[in-house]
Amino acid sequence: MMLKVAGLEAFYGEQQALFGVGFELDEGGVRTLLGANGAGKTTVLRALCGMVRTAGEVRFDGKAIAGWATEDIVRLSIAHVPEGRGTFLRVTVEENLQLGAMTRRDRPGIAADIDRVYEHFPRLRERRDQQAGTLSGGEQQMLAVGRALMLRPRLMLLDEPSFGLAPLVVAELFEILRQINREMGVAMLVVEQNAALALDLAEHAYLLETGRIVMDAPAAVFGADESVRRAYLGY
Amino acid sequence: MELLLQQVMAGLATGAIYALMALAVVMIYQAIDHLNFAQGEMAMFSTFIAWQLMQWGQPYWAAFAIAAALSFVGGVVIERVLFRPIHNAPILSSIVAFIALFSILNSGAGYLFDYTIKEFPTPFGSKPFLGITLISTHQAGMIGVTLGMLALLYLFFRGTRLGLAMRAAAANPESARLVGIRVGWMTALGWGMAAAIGAVAGVLIAPVVFLEPNMMLGVLLYGFAGAVLGGLTSPGGAVFGGFAMGVIENLAGTFIPYVGRELKLTIALVLIVAVLMVRPSGIFGRRLVVRV
Repeated sequence: MMLKVAGLEAFYGEQQALFGVGFELDEGGVRTLLGANGAGKTTVLRALCGMVRTAGEVRFDGKAIAGWATEDIVRLSIAHVPEGRGTFLRVTVEENLQLGAMTRRDRPGIAADIDRVYEHFPRLRERRDQQAGTLSGGEQQMLAVGRALMLRPRLMLLDEPSFGLAPLVVAELFEILRQINREMGVAMLVVEQNAALALDLAEHAYLLETGRIVMDAPAAVFGADESVRRAYLGY
Repeated sequence: MELLLQQVMAGLATGAIYALMALAVVMIYQAIDHLNFAQGEMAMFSTFIAWQLMQWGQPYWAAFAIAAALSFVGGVVIERVLFRPIHNAPILSSIVAFIALFSILNSGAGYLFDYTIKEFPTPFGSKPFLGITLISTHQAGMIGVTLGMLALLYLFFRGTRLGLAMRAAAANPESARLVGIRVGWMTALGWGMAAAIGAVAGVLIAPVVFLEPNMMLGVLLYGFAGAVLGGLTSPGGAVFGGFAMGVIENLAGTFIPYVGRELKLTIALVLIVAVLMVRPSGIFGRRLVVRV
């Protein structure tokens, strides 16, 4: 078990946002966190990365990492693609990718990985010298995924990758995510509003409601569940 | 015409020092969003260190380099010891800390080196530069060293990984942490660099204003003004603002009747207010847009 979370609580000041959340993820696995706005999906990802105050247990490779600084958690090859994409707007596309490799020292490897990201996302190569702030939303999301790949991640935390993107762009992006998972064996924890999309990508899903996990089942079971389908899939 | 040119050149020379102070102010402002009121006192203290080293027999450039290096370390230590612990505190706590640092350095320098005004040597001499009477060799040296520093900083920020990491940490600390940048250390590094830049400014201006604990008061005001005029979010703008302040100050003092030495600071500040009324983020500054 690569990632194991038990009894996770998170706090914004005095406000408690997560209550005893537990889940796990295998090496190379893809799981998704579903739920309505404000259910705490983003908070789970932020808690894993040490970006909010937490209590409870987070283990990565058996190591207890709860309470670690974000910078140190990243060094375990956990790449977080944050809500809002976290683009460094005032630097170029290529510099954004270089920033993604900030924890690495192997210059030839970094250059090769930048090339590999450009193969996944040819449009980024065309715009490599542009300021990242001039990119469209879809391109910025691709840049965010590319930046995460530069870490050579073992686990990617994806926060609403489809947010604000046109359907065609979303389809393209998710196809590339699938490819990354298959070819590089990168495990993924995906938070999505678009449940149909997420259930298609993931093998297992969790449903969050007001900071608690209320359902924990394989993706296929989720898709077949009447109430979930009505509430989150819209058919 | 001769007088105008001469005043412009002299303005550029003192403006070079304002530009360095403005740059130091911006380095810290970018990292912590506060103006460092003690920037001038830090520079003054660094200058005293250089002076002391020379009293102990060090040659000029060695004293210069050691003072700048010690200032860098001092800047890092000040950030780690004094400002790291309060980085999430309300703004008033920071202001009190800045004022404390200001008076500690000011009276510390007075205690250690006393308040008598000291002469400070210049390695450039004070003959007319290139045989023309427009500026002296020291003024030319001030401009030259400032431009050299700017070039070095530009290369550092544009051309190195560490420079890129510092820019990223200042622009977007949360994202920077997510790519593994140690944002706290980048802030400390910014303080160190600001302190070293201030040391250079202090050592260069000391032959002009003479060395004493209050030597940087006026200089820092102009440096602040320059930084605000050019834009606190733009290092290049701050430098421009610094040079502009030097020139404006000199021209106002020379050509506007009744202004003279007493009122030229007032004129300069009035001008700044006027600019800020039209462009609140300074001439080259970016307006901060916060997405909600």
